[in-house]
Amino acid sequence: MTRKSKLLMGAIIVAAALSYLIYGGIREAAVYYITPAELHEKGASAADRSFRLGGMVVPGSVHWDPGTLQLTFRLTDGKEQVAVMHTGSPPDLFKEGTGAIVEGKYMSGNLFIASTILAKHSEEYRPPQAGQAQAKDLYRTLMKPPEERR
Amino acid sequence: MIGRGLERALGILAVIGLVTGLYTGFLYAPPDAVQGEVQRIMYLHVPLILVSYFAFFVVFVTSILYLARRCERHDAIAHSSAEIGVLFTALAIAAGSIWGRPTWGTWWTWDARLTTTTILLLIFIGYLMLRALVDDPSRGATFGAVLGIIGFLDVPIIHMSVVWWRTLHQPASVLRPGPSTVAPDMQVALYTNLAAFVLLYGYFLVKRVRLEKARWELIRLRMEGAA
Repeated sequence: MTRKSKLLMGAIIVAAALSYLIYGGIREAAVYYITPAELHEKGASAADRSFRLGGMVVPGSVHWDPGTLQLTFRLTDGKEQVAVMHTGSPPDLFKEGTGAIVEGKYMSGNLFIASTILAKHSEEYRPPQAGQAQAKDLYRTLMKPPEERR
Repeated sequence: MIGRGLERALGILAVIGLVTGLYTGFLYAPPDAVQGEVQRIMYLHVPLILVSYFAFFVVFVTSILYLARRCERHDAIAHSSAEIGVLFTALAIAAGSIWGRPTWGTWWTWDARLTTTTILLLIFIGYLMLRALVDDPSRGATFGAVLGIIGFLDVPIIHMSVVWWRTLHQPASVLRPGPSTVAPDMQVALYTNLAAFVLLYGYFLVKRVRLEKARWELIRLRMEGAA
């Protein structure tokens, strides 16, 4: 294969990936997540379907059992709430009162079974205030798989 | 001769800037209240992507100038700037991915910010492939200029993506309306690193354009030798 035909093949692959991303990717990214209120609007048709759901973690709703790795909490958009269940450890920035996005399946009975939990963080960066506990060493996440973290 | 002096000055200033950037980023700036030490990746991620935007803006402007005046020098600048832009964008994406794993809880997700940035990278990888594929220099330059102008239009879309669509990525901390969301000590680290990467970009650009001119000179000499 000459250098030229290799390049041409590469260019075709890049062009194909690009058109796929512009067509499919933008459309999917435009509705990256739905809110609890939007999920409820879908009514019974939402049951047993996969979604990405985003909202704020309701303060006081988080229960996590480190022994069984069972995590339950509620997500809200200020209007409606959805109960979320997940097995595993959430990201370190996952906290009550902050934004989270969950991926998984909506079951009947206002229950969402999440396979992935993503924590949103704000665009504000501040040093810790005096007396405030230091943030956890999040970089350790990069060195240890989540299963080995406490 | 002036070019060589400028190149050396930019190189020295870039090294000084990068060393100062390491100091301000790792030692001068405090850790973040929420994210701790890992937030320092910002001092690499943000300057890299901002300089990439600038590199593609240079491609945009010099491509328009090339189409208007057909001057080879403008094309050499566009082609060189696109190469550096691809390098810096790829590094920005890699740094962002490493930042995302401990904070968001994932290396990657297809939200609008990440998707439009990947599109930018692919457009300019395609640009470089196109330049390598077309043998006729003036046709290659014309095709490249058209693609370079269209490709740059993705940059404002990336910047606005966090406003227009729901994303996992947080809104902008720099280049935003209103007061800065970054603490003053952290801004020092952010802007020294930004300055350092701007200087590094300038150094790469001047050097790469000089190499391109040397290549033309070589082709000219070969043709003269053959004649």
